[in-house]
Amino acid sequence: MSKSNPILTKDKRLAPGFRLFLMALPFLVLIFLFSYLPLYGWRYAFYDYRPPIKLEDCTFVGFKHITNMVQNAAMRKNLIRVLKNTLGMSILGMCTSWMPMVFAVFMAEIRNMKFQKIVQIVTTIPNFISWVIVYSIAFAIFSVGDGFVNNVIRAFKPGFEGIDFLGNTDHMWWKMWLWMQWKTIGYSAILYISSIAGIDQELYEAADIDGAGRFQKIRYITMPCLLPTYFTLLIINVGNMLNRGMDQYYAFQNPLNKKYIEVLDLYVYNQGIAGSQISYSTAVGMTKSLISLVLLGIANTISKVFRDGQSIF
Amino acid sequence: MSKSKAAKISKQNKIKRSTKDHVIDVILYIVYGLFALICAFPFYYLFINTISNNELSAAGQILLLPKGVHLENYRQILKIEGMASAAITSVARTVIGTALMVGATSWMGYALSKAEFWHKKFWYRFIIATMYFGAGVVPTYMNYKMFGMLDSFWIYIIPGMVGAYNMILVKTYIESISPSLEESAYLDGAGYFTRFTRVVFPLCKPIVSTITIFGAVGQWNSYMDTIIYMNGKNWQTLQSLLQRYLSQATAMASQLQSMTGGSSDAAFEMTPVSIRYTITFVTLLPILLVYPYFQKFFVKGIMIGAVKG
Repeated sequence: MSKSNPILTKDKRLAPGFRLFLMALPFLVLIFLFSYLPLYGWRYAFYDYRPPIKLEDCTFVGFKHITNMVQNAAMRKNLIRVLKNTLGMSILGMCTSWMPMVFAVFMAEIRNMKFQKIVQIVTTIPNFISWVIVYSIAFAIFSVGDGFVNNVIRAFKPGFEGIDFLGNTDHMWWKMWLWMQWKTIGYSAILYISSIAGIDQELYEAADIDGAGRFQKIRYITMPCLLPTYFTLLIINVGNMLNRGMDQYYAFQNPLNKKYIEVLDLYVYNQGIAGSQISYSTAVGMTKSLISLVLLGIANTISKVFRDGQSIF
Repeated sequence: MSKSKAAKISKQNKIKRSTKDHVIDVILYIVYGLFALICAFPFYYLFINTISNNELSAAGQILLLPKGVHLENYRQILKIEGMASAAITSVARTVIGTALMVGATSWMGYALSKAEFWHKKFWYRFIIATMYFGAGVVPTYMNYKMFGMLDSFWIYIIPGMVGAYNMILVKTYIESISPSLEESAYLDGAGYFTRFTRVVFPLCKPIVSTITIFGAVGQWNSYMDTIIYMNGKNWQTLQSLLQRYLSQATAMASQLQSMTGGSSDAAFEMTPVSIRYTITFVTLLPILLVYPYFQKFFVKGIMIGAVKG
């Protein structure tokens, strides 16, 4: 191929590829404005920004906010608590991330197809409702005053004071974990269910002839077929360890349980937007983003090894 | 296909099945039946409480079956201040936001599927990279502030218009369909945009439906953006209204009650409980209504996402 001008053709018209680029340019600009330009906002982390005053008139403090995270005892204490919540709940999630897989494996064992289909449809619905609705449901079922569970107990035991499931802050991580499972397990299982449907049936027939039992077939055929998918997802989870989001925790947070469910993302919001400590929270958020990027890089490298050179990027 | 085959095989083997197998079957039915019940019951519970006698509902006596059925709650709910506008905002952001996102995302997917795109590799990475980093909530907030976008409806629509992940889905799909389909249009002298709208986009129906549905559910369910970026009362959505109501349940209850208290009959008069349940159910209803249509699409969506590689 001859080397041609990528912008202009010989007869001085725009080359097709460049015309296409121009037609896509408005959207590329949007992406720049809303995904890349905010990075420029990281400069707030290096100033002592006090909102009514313009940033340019505020004192430049360099890495003060970042060193403060480690050196200032009060901030360190807070950060350790938040980090503990973030990692604690992430690790809890990772340690139990095999559950959707097992859920799918045994669901495939149900012989009545109609029942299987209904279970699949019903258990997937919670994934598509917002965390606000989940919280509203939690309120409706477990609230101390008029929740379903306490109402049922009261129906048998009039005058019962009620158990305060939501106000009680014991085992907060596990409660958050339970709601997460309730919401997502059915949906996460779908990926495994379709993988199981894709397994060559001849493998099972051969196993039948060899006299393999149900659990042997699960152990030697189904599970080995699902494990690569499982490990890939697990590695992505490791990369996203610090990114818990805040939808769930914002919906469930109250002054009592905040101590236990404030994760990094929520902490940055609470400090920055709700508490207007712009500079400090930007520093925390920035540090989090950078560490996350490194984690994702590591995760991607590991998954490359797992999937024979195919990366998750 | 293979599932029905598997079912057939297991039917043939029925004779050989042992008591142990039957015991396992029963356990499976119980465990999965129970879990399905746990997933479905809250929705049912909310619903029967919204249509039952409000006095009984407030006293916690509607547990399994509705009593004194009426639809007054759904008629009165619109009288709550902000409810009607929140409903309109929710619908508007879902319809407009999803339509523009689908259009822009598929267009970008198409453009970047073309080898001749000017510096294609660079621009593709430019978009994909946005999936892996974020400036964080505070810089994003300051960015919107700089553009004067806080408290504006467009914050729901414009920043999320080109979704990197969805764009990959569309691009992969377009690359899988034969380029010869476009050829005749090309020979007729049709430009990129005409070829995209007349030929390629209609062919992408399966993937477009998938991203439409996921986009719409995402728009409908989103609530943190309202809470973070809408400081005033403008552009509240059903989700944010519900969130606000739940977080200040008791304080707002009496206020709302005085606003709605038009009915003289206690059985119909809205109570804090009935208001909470009714708002929740109204917010939930669109999802439940479209769910039967979209559940066949999300399996496809996940599969494509999983093999994206």
